[in-house]
Amino acid sequence: MLAVDKPNDKGDQINVMWPPVKEKIRIDFLQIFQKNKSKENLLIENLADKISGKEKDDNILYYDLFRKNLGTGKMEYINRFQSFITNYRDQRQSFKDTKNKLEGYKKMLREQPTYKYYIRAISPLYYSKVTESKPAKMQGQWFNMEKIIALIAMMVITASLFYFIRKAKSDASLYIRPLAGLKEIDNAVGRATEMGRPILFVPGLSSIADIATIAGLNILAGVAKKAAEYDTPLFVPLRDYVVLPIAQEIVKSAYSEVGRPDAYKEQSVFFVSPSQFAYVAGVAGLMAREKPATNFFMGMFWAESLILTEKGNEEGCIQIAGSDAETQLPFFITTCDFTLIGEELYAASAYISKDPLLVGSIKAQDLDKLFIIGCIILGTLLTTLAELLTYPALNFFKMLFPVQ
Amino acid sequence: MKTTIPLIIVLVGGIIGIIFQFIPHEFVQTINDEILNYFRVLSFFALPLGIVSILMVHTGKIRRKAQHWQYSIILILTIFFMIVTGFVFGTDRFDPRLANYGWNTIFMFMFQQVQIPIESTMFSLLAFYISTAAYRAFRARSKEATILLVASLIVMLGQVSVGQMIPIIGDYIPVISNWIMSNPNMAAKRGILLGVALGMLGTSLKIILGIERAYLGRA
Repeated sequence: MLAVDKPNDKGDQINVMWPPVKEKIRIDFLQIFQKNKSKENLLIENLADKISGKEKDDNILYYDLFRKNLGTGKMEYINRFQSFITNYRDQRQSFKDTKNKLEGYKKMLREQPTYKYYIRAISPLYYSKVTESKPAKMQGQWFNMEKIIALIAMMVITASLFYFIRKAKSDASLYIRPLAGLKEIDNAVGRATEMGRPILFVPGLSSIADIATIAGLNILAGVAKKAAEYDTPLFVPLRDYVVLPIAQEIVKSAYSEVGRPDAYKEQSVFFVSPSQFAYVAGVAGLMAREKPATNFFMGMFWAESLILTEKGNEEGCIQIAGSDAETQLPFFITTCDFTLIGEELYAASAYISKDPLLVGSIKAQDLDKLFIIGCIILGTLLTTLAELLTYPALNFFKMLFPVQ
Repeated sequence: MKTTIPLIIVLVGGIIGIIFQFIPHEFVQTINDEILNYFRVLSFFALPLGIVSILMVHTGKIRRKAQHWQYSIILILTIFFMIVTGFVFGTDRFDPRLANYGWNTIFMFMFQQVQIPIESTMFSLLAFYISTAAYRAFRARSKEATILLVASLIVMLGQVSVGQMIPIIGDYIPVISNWIMSNPNMAAKRGILLGVALGMLGTSLKIILGIERAYLGRA
């Protein structure tokens, strides 16, 4: 029987394993005791002598698992397990659940629970001998070794980011592939200006904690600047009230930057509703009343994406969408004139601002992608060869990337 | 100063966030949870800004007598009605007057009997919009659209029992449908996800390092 601290955890679990007992239990002894007046155990009968042949063998039905806290000496019954189960993950109560967290943490440190586990197999008639484990201590780790590859990857990506940013500072002619959707932003804003109709910008329905929302807001900064330049009304309806002051500040700054702070209307960036479909109803109503010439949908979207874009279609708007929600992309591609797919949403800010630092970061991302594609091809080749040549050692590369 | 302090907060917060991702120890994870709890509490303070924003937009519309301004009156009245009923009667307190109807408070009555049906109605529009979008997507205007049309027809037929009843090819349709879903479709999906993951990581690093600062209102 084995009891070991669960690796890479916060220190509240122990893995307990016991060998499967497939063979029948041999009943070697079965004795009945009785306490006498002076509380001594007296052997009344030794049944093992009376059991012979078949009766001594029996099938295992269950295992009973116990644990003993070596700190307090308290013995606890954990559970009864079916005979095919041979492992259990024991977990203690988190100190977070205690009323006073600091006291709870101090108590946890004081006790540092060390447990010893006991198991016995049970047949219909008899218990087997009790097997015990070596003591195991619940210990929290200060580094999750399972994430070592993620850490290395992050360091490589950060290093490439710094390299290309340095390069971009000295060489401003870094080329990045043009994206149709972003090239059309100027035309879309121009179209709204010519038609004398407003622009609608939806920075997704997610919260500010979502990177896609921040990416959407970065694009809003560029669009708002162009709208301010052309004096085209801009509407930014929002679902999240935390995003509201941020979006207002972005649009306000954009108007100030082009020297038109007076043209900014605070009510053009407004909160609609935190409820998904109430928000959709509000934005659809806005489209019906204000008849925007151009719609931007940039950020995270769910089921509402198609309702919003189909309404835009009905109103004859030019629509540019960008999202990292792969389930909504088909709807955007079908109903919008231009769509930024996945990572293009994150690259948009660099395209719009033309800031060499941001452009350099896009180059770094491309290099990282190339590296990952190389890893995928190498991994596929090595794993295939390992199968074909029946040479498992070639699987080492695949083992470097455990699926969690 | 207006930009520097937020950038320092983002840098410190971002680095702490990254470090916490690699330390599973209970002590650190508890601090992490507490920080996230504070974020939730702090974000609640932005709610009045949202309410003020709604009120400003709609009172402005009423004042200007803008198109459909009458709806703005209903909206404002409803906001106050829900706030008052929520505060006065509670959001989950049992109300014996409504017990016979299986409802508890006026607030919950409004939520369950008004808001949820309206939201369901909005959601049901999706079915019709999917039909019109599908019609537009499946018109075989180009080579790519034709491939899309054929693939989608096979996948659709593979999902329903009618597909297997087609003579001769019926048995192959579910097999081809599964192949389309688990090979070209999955490959494309993973390609997008790979790019998205890198994009998110790149954007996060740019924000933490202060390279990307458009979200601060400095485009």
